Amino acid sequence: MAKSLISIHDFSKEEILHILEVAREFEQNKSQTFLSDKVIACIFFEPSTRTRLSFETASNRLGARVIGFPDAGNTSVRKGESLKDTIKMVSNYADLIVMRHPLEGSARYASEVASVPVINAGDGANQHPTQTLLDLYSILQTQGTLENLTINMVGDLKYGRTVHSLLQAMSHFSPSFIFTAPEELKMPEEYKNFLSQKEIPYSETLDLNEHLKTTDILYMTRVQQERFTDPMEYERVKDTYRLTARLLEGVRDNMKVLHPLPRLTEIANDVDETPYAYYFKQAENGVYVRMAIIAYLLGKR
Amino acid sequence: MENREKEVLKVSAIKNGTVLDHIPSEQLFRVIDILRLNLSTTPITFGMNLDSKSLKSKAIIKISDRFFEDDEINRIALIAPNASMNIIRNFEVIEKRVLSIPETITGIVRCINPVCVTNHQEIETKFHTYEKDGKIELHCHYCEKTTGLKNLKIITNDR
Ligand SMILES: [Zn+2]
Repeated sequence: MAKSLISIHDFSKEEILHILEVAREFEQNKSQTFLSDKVIACIFFEPSTRTRLSFETASNRLGARVIGFPDAGNTSVRKGESLKDTIKMVSNYADLIVMRHPLEGSARYASEVASVPVINAGDGANQHPTQTLLDLYSILQTQGTLENLTINMVGDLKYGRTVHSLLQAMSHFSPSFIFTAPEELKMPEEYKNFLSQKEIPYSETLDLNEHLKTTDILYMTRVQQERFTDPMEYERVKDTYRLTARLLEGVRDNMKVLHPLPRLTEIANDVDETPYAYYFKQAENGVYVRMAIIAYLLGKR
Repeated sequence: MENREKEVLKVSAIKNGTVLDHIPSEQLFRVIDILRLNLSTTPITFGMNLDSKSLKSKAIIKISDRFFEDDEINRIALIAPNASMNIIRNFEVIEKRVLSIPETITGIVRCINPVCVTNHQEIETKFHTYEKDGKIELHCHYCEKTTGLKNLKIITNDR
């Protein structure tokens, strides 16, 4: 079975650091067309324009040609073809598969059926490991290190898969965590237990203001209305977790605001003009990190 | 000890085969399902709602002329963790085995997660077992969600 990237757990600490180093190389030299003899399949069973464009840009910058589909709409999948058959077929055409699928576990299954490496570009609410790696790269680039940082996660910490994966990946680098979330969206016990077992300190707060001045990375997430049973509660929480330029007065000089994007109302536009805003650059970093992952899985880096 | 032997006698003795004892009564039919005993051609006797010291009410299964591999029999440890297996030759118990839960379980249990790929495509389920606070949990190999023993859905033969 070819080496795939399905879950962030599939990469060791050393592999993670290697990917980040290679990403740095690609950021410095954005077009390296050494994959010009390769075909990369980007098969998206549900649409995600942002992620797909990032992968397609990464593939193109490496010189590879891209085939695939942006959603399941007009494909044989719609006609009832099994995932197994689709993957078998695509394996015969492409050297690597990038797959997004609404069913959880679909990417792991695809990697077992495929004869070529598979990159999970999101399997339902389960895993999205390239997002985690680009988050790590953004942290490394802004802080100069991954070690001993204080990461403040804000917003939907209950359902947000990006914060869960980031928490697990950061656990290699002796961090401290602050969890800023409304009662309804607190970090689940299983992740807090995970940290306790690894003796990683964390604290929880309802108040966005409380730990801002001791934070190195402020990781903001969307608070989605559909998570709330009470619409009034949503309205209240939505405003409580709204970051503005004024709130950022007096924070650490090295502090950076990250967000997986797209944002709703949780970051005011005036934050964009502050030196702390990093979320657009973070999205751009996704291209270099995905280039690095593709090159690594194809044995070229 | 004497009591136990009397219990065993409530179900007629077998000459050669396997006796599964200390199965919780309410799990008897699931055990039959998992071991596919409904497809068996050798004589089998069941006892259920028998008195037991350690269980509220236990069941016994006696299967003539049939011997199980560990892999096969350990599958029932999921629902009958305290069950024991006695191997009978010529009316004598020649070996007693305690069951243990296998590290990996394939194909017996359905994943609790409704959006797990195994519930939508023709894929054999696969779980890794973990013990947490003395309870066994099943971690889905595919969707990575945890199914507790309480929520266990057995995939039956006549599916
Ligand atoms: Zn599952």
